[in-house]
Amino acid sequence: MTTADELLALYEQMILIRRTEKAAHDLFMSGLVKGTTHLAAGHEAIAVGASAALDPDDYVFATYRGHHHAMARGATPEECLAELMSRATGLCRAKGGSMHLTKAATHMLGSYAIVGAHLPMAVGAAWSARLRGTGQLAVAFFGDGATNIGAFHEALNLAAVWKLPVLFVCENNLYMEYTPIADVTAVARPAADRAPAYGIPGEVVDGNDVVAVREAVAALARRARAGEGPALLEAETYRHFGHSRADPATYRPAEEVERWLKHDPLDLARGRLLELGMPEERVTAADERARHVVEQAVEAAKNAPPPDPREALTDVWADGGAAWRT
Amino acid sequence: MADLITYREAVAEGIAREMRRDPSVVCLGEDIGEAGGVFKTTVGLLKEFGAERVWDTPISEQAIVGAAMGAAMTGMRPVAEIMFSDFLACCWDYLANEIPKVRYMTGGQVTVPLVVRTANGGGLGFGAQHSQATENWALTVPGLKIAAPATPADVIGMMAAAIRSDDPVVFFEHKGLLAGKGAPPPPEHVVELGRAAVVREGADVTLVALASMVPVALKAASLLSQEGIDVEVVDLRSLIPLDTATVLASLAKTSRLVTVEENPYQGGWGATLVSVVADEGFGLLDAPVRRVAGECVPLPFADALEEQVIPTVEKLVAALRSLAAY
Repeated sequence: MTTADELLALYEQMILIRRTEKAAHDLFMSGLVKGTTHLAAGHEAIAVGASAALDPDDYVFATYRGHHHAMARGATPEECLAELMSRATGLCRAKGGSMHLTKAATHMLGSYAIVGAHLPMAVGAAWSARLRGTGQLAVAFFGDGATNIGAFHEALNLAAVWKLPVLFVCENNLYMEYTPIADVTAVARPAADRAPAYGIPGEVVDGNDVVAVREAVAALARRARAGEGPALLEAETYRHFGHSRADPATYRPAEEVERWLKHDPLDLARGRLLELGMPEERVTAADERARHVVEQAVEAAKNAPPPDPREALTDVWADGGAAWRT
Repeated sequence: MADLITYREAVAEGIAREMRRDPSVVCLGEDIGEAGGVFKTTVGLLKEFGAERVWDTPISEQAIVGAAMGAAMTGMRPVAEIMFSDFLACCWDYLANEIPKVRYMTGGQVTVPLVVRTANGGGLGFGAQHSQATENWALTVPGLKIAAPATPADVIGMMAAAIRSDDPVVFFEHKGLLAGKGAPPPPEHVVELGRAAVVREGADVTLVALASMVPVALKAASLLSQEGIDVEVVDLRSLIPLDTATVLASLAKTSRLVTVEENPYQGGWGATLVSVVADEGFGLLDAPVRRVAGECVPLPFADALEEQVIPTVEKLVAALRSLAAY
């Protein structure tokens, strides 16, 4: 059961992510973010809902579309935007960029840009938690496109065979990059329909409903912590931006876009808050706080220094250096 | 302990010594438990340490190395076996994109203390997909340490260094050396990675070898000593860190350099070593450098063909003789 106050806190996290993603988009379009971005606007309820169901020391692994997961696990908009803008104050000291946001201090163990590669890592983190007897859980978030790569299948099988405390959460936004996932996948539910092949639960949830996501993850997490093994959750959602960079996503039918934009995770949460009797001014105040934080973050990131060029030759090895020869 | 142990026994002994001193060391791989490994290099580990520390896996190279990575990031020191080094290609994403980069791209937030062990090399008639010497594959990727011992004592000493290393190490065990015997090293024997060994002193030519080419080099040196050619043999032992200092010091004495490599000439480790010598040791040289390496073809099956491809004592003697006369 999620109370109105809890839901307001989740809403505020979601709107903070939404505004950060909008800022990232604008900064990219104005040339202040180089390379690429894969924005998660529209996916906020999955990161925030799941995170609310996890313990603080659980492990999270995400993809190159991972800003929302970094922020849901404690990264600030300023740390994230500074990283995107190649600043010394960035989350990864400007060595990772948009696709590799990581906050190891809060066990958010990375965003990986090779599709599916982090699923076996999450299995390993869950294996480690079991070996150390810590009761921790590992969660891998991934897109629908990852369900057709080998590492997904190897990870599910190994996790099931070893009965590990790991959850696989698919963010199914209907498109693998520019192609409808349905056109390239043999089953209707790209993630959930694969779960029975590995003897694990495969559930489907409305990924835009933060309360539903929280409850679904909480139930699967309880099960996994009780030693009943891994599970898969397919969360249906939709991107508000294109796949990456300035992609206008014209390959998506207008009617489909319109339908999904009406099913916005923020609107859903706001509607439920009002239904629960939350005063509208408190919702508006949360919105204003998020707007202020992100505005400040953009300014701080813009004013932060670039990395020291000497940073390029650090952090290859555990001793901090990069020496490869005597 | 026996007077002599085999290289094969040294692998298991090296791992066991580290498992006894550090409970965070765990092993995973195909057939490594009850079966003791396809090459019998993990015999006795399951019996001594039990199923919570020695884990049989499915034939899932991505899951094996990916899970090892996740465990290494969360407090364990996993030792993963990839049965044949040719199979590293099945999980190359982890060795090329994930393990060596995660520390760097997160700005030093994550440490990956793991060992990937693998049976390497040819000369045994296993054909094109089970015979390659693949150390040079790993050499192309900054962020991996590379060990390739030639003797049982070095197997134990370098295994200790590899498992204790906070950096990822790819540990190549040569199939052609497994039956070879040597004196067992004393307890607490550690051979630091990046330290080459001068295994035969000489004044006329420096011959640099690795793994299975070390005994070939020693035999060639012994034959040439009867002709009055005094060959110094350097066993590199590690490719990263690369001990160029020992090679340059030897060249200061001999002024002539030959490398002997099992891998194909194209892209072999000798090319990197020779380029350092050309750059920093040109003034030391009295003759061109010579690389004796594998032919640039896949490994053939028949003995009569395989010995045309992998460097032999005869080929090496001819190269050394001509260079000594230069």
